[in-house]
Amino acid sequence: MSDKVKVTIDGITVEVEPGTTILNAARQIGGDIVPPAMCYYSKLEGSGGKCRTCIVKVSKGSEKDPRPMPKLVASCRTTVMDGMEVQNITSPEVLEARSGVVEMLLINHPLDCPVCDQAGECDLQNLGYEHGLQKTRYEFERRTFERIDIGDKIQLHMNRCILCYRCVFTADQITNKRVHGILNRGDHSEISTYIQTAVDNDFSGNVIDVCPVGALTDKTFRFKNRVWFTKPIDAHRDCPTCSGKVTLWYKGEDVLRVTARKDVYGEVEEFICNTCRFDKKKTADWVIEHPTAVSDTSVISSNHYDTLKPLPVIQDNPKLQHANKIELEKTSKF
Amino acid sequence: MARKLLLEHINVPGINTFDVYRQKGGYRAVEKALKMTPDEVVEEVKKSGLRGRGGAGFPTGMKWSFLAKPEGVPRYLVCNADESEPGTFKDRYLMTYIPHALIEGMIVSSFALGAKTSYIYVRGEMMPQIRILERAIAEAKNAGFLGKNILGSGYDLELYVQPGGGAYICGEETALLESLEGKRGNPRIKPPFPAIAGLYGCPTVVNNVESIAATVPIINDGGEEYAKIGIGRSTGTKLISASGNLVRPGVYEIELGLPVEEFIYSDEYCGGIANGKRLKATVAGGSSVPVLPANLTLKLANGEPRLMSYESLSEGGFATGTMMGSGGFIAFDEDQCIVRNTWNFARFYHHESCGQCSPCREGTGWMEKVLHRLEYGHGKMSDIDLLVDVSKKIEGNTICPLGDAAAWPVASAIRHFRDEFEWHVKEPVKCLDTNYGLANYAEPIAKVEVSTEK
Repeated sequence: MSDKVKVTIDGITVEVEPGTTILNAARQIGGDIVPPAMCYYSKLEGSGGKCRTCIVKVSKGSEKDPRPMPKLVASCRTTVMDGMEVQNITSPEVLEARSGVVEMLLINHPLDCPVCDQAGECDLQNLGYEHGLQKTRYEFERRTFERIDIGDKIQLHMNRCILCYRCVFTADQITNKRVHGILNRGDHSEISTYIQTAVDNDFSGNVIDVCPVGALTDKTFRFKNRVWFTKPIDAHRDCPTCSGKVTLWYKGEDVLRVTARKDVYGEVEEFICNTCRFDKKKTADWVIEHPTAVSDTSVISSNHYDTLKPLPVIQDNPKLQHANKIELEKTSKF
Repeated sequence: MARKLLLEHINVPGINTFDVYRQKGGYRAVEKALKMTPDEVVEEVKKSGLRGRGGAGFPTGMKWSFLAKPEGVPRYLVCNADESEPGTFKDRYLMTYIPHALIEGMIVSSFALGAKTSYIYVRGEMMPQIRILERAIAEAKNAGFLGKNILGSGYDLELYVQPGGGAYICGEETALLESLEGKRGNPRIKPPFPAIAGLYGCPTVVNNVESIAATVPIINDGGEEYAKIGIGRSTGTKLISASGNLVRPGVYEIELGLPVEEFIYSDEYCGGIANGKRLKATVAGGSSVPVLPANLTLKLANGEPRLMSYESLSEGGFATGTMMGSGGFIAFDEDQCIVRNTWNFARFYHHESCGQCSPCREGTGWMEKVLHRLEYGHGKMSDIDLLVDVSKKIEGNTICPLGDAAAWPVASAIRHFRDEFEWHVKEPVKCLDTNYGLANYAEPIAKVEVSTEK
């Protein structure tokens, strides 16, 4: 069984270990064909399958049983079979269903991005840009909740929550008591801690990092700044409780916020402790490594680099000028 | 008179007690089964062609044969008595009046599956039934049919009744198992199926009350004898809980293959539509199946009579058919409003959605709000297409079938009763105190209409 299995996703074949999920196989390929995931978190056991944004079409079950799967499947929880063929962005059916899911996620979301601390690094915002509609078709009052303080450092803003259960899994993982979970059911279900007590744990701050939206926010960073005005720098310190590997978010000389380091899929590499996250906000506390690599499509990297000027050769040659018309117009605008 | 297998002795006084039930030939199946091997019992159920009575209609024998049997791991049988589908009340009836039929079935089925511990998960609202079952279990235990070394065969079985919290979602088998384990009743993501990893991670079979009770006549008479009743792949008898505007609503045991027309109008069964009115629409199998207008209820699209069987009811797919479901037959007369009824169902699903996956959590609430608006005369024409679109976005994109169950009634109501929805938009004041009436919903279909949309 140690033989690798072949899976084809959007026409790209990759060999993966048996038992890998379609989503992780797609991540091994990388690029645009990776389905978006709002609730799946590779570091959290049992997560996934809930948000339905990662649904894909299995057009061929396996080499042995080539029948397609009857329904779209959640790629984060479906394991690959040898010879499986999967359609993600090449299937209009998938894109249609996914935009439906995004619409559903947004109908009760307050869309208060202008005042939300998560804006700029929000998975739902990215998803909405890519798959959402220009205008909502939902004409009813959105559901609202009171804001809840979970301890003195974390605030829960339930209106923005998409019920991905990531924070529930995180809380379950850091403590063996059940202190954090879901109350009620259906569209009135809400995240809550046991009678609003704090999640009292050295690692509780990680619920902020795993939250894909702005439902769980850092009270020490609340309304301090927009993420795209801050510059992320990787740093570390010798921490007795955690690995101490973090990203510092600078504005000028000040460290406004400390988070765990995140990979391209927005997942933290290692959980960090609350001391690192909330209490060490001086450059002197840290050993600076290097600027964090941020995708150039991310809003965080905007305004940090000079606009590319067209090469001199283009400015001279009228033929090339015509070919690069759009680029030139952009520079003249700036 | 049609043959009755489950409800044969329903009118015998004291049939809910062990002694009377035993006198009437009860627990013969246990005696017979314990002399057979477990595999022979499974084979007998397979031969009978019994299909799950809980809604999906999956062959029970097949389900049993999928059960993984690793060494040293306990196996469980769980009886799903979390009956909460609007329009379905057959299991409650069975448990109230002949609880020993279920207990006997549980012993036979547990023996067939090699389960040493079995659970009956009863919906929390059914407190009287829980008491009845607990008394019946105690009686059976006293008589030596439960506990250690049943009837000297060396087979041990403990049977427990577990009250649920009263959530519709806990009728979904994996949510039921979660709830039974003491967790929040959220459906699990499949695979793994319960037959591989179910209760406490062990192989588990979850069956409906009626499926389990039906194993008793199967073992008594033999699987082949049972398979002779019914039509085609729909074998045996089925309990139908008839409700709505009928002369005699109630629980009826029918032989599968009975024409729908006979079921509604014959004096043996429902006795026609109450108060001399005419039939407008039916929901054939509990609230989650597509609603059908009267003409399509009684006749297939090709003009042949529709029968009460798994195949005939679903004939024509979703364009002109419906489903057997759990046998909750609801009839609507000409004075009933389909929009109101659809809203009522949508409200139910909105309330019962577990909130785990996004399309169902958000979509059920959305549909309910739009339908509420339509029903109370504030709707717009575009709302109708919006509902169709939302139901399509929910259907098939959820973890468990609750999403489908919420989408189908809405989609089918609009498919067959679009006129009525449009009338609600056009006549926002009139629709508050009158209703659309029968219209042409009972007229025979002129030609075969084949809808191209999925």
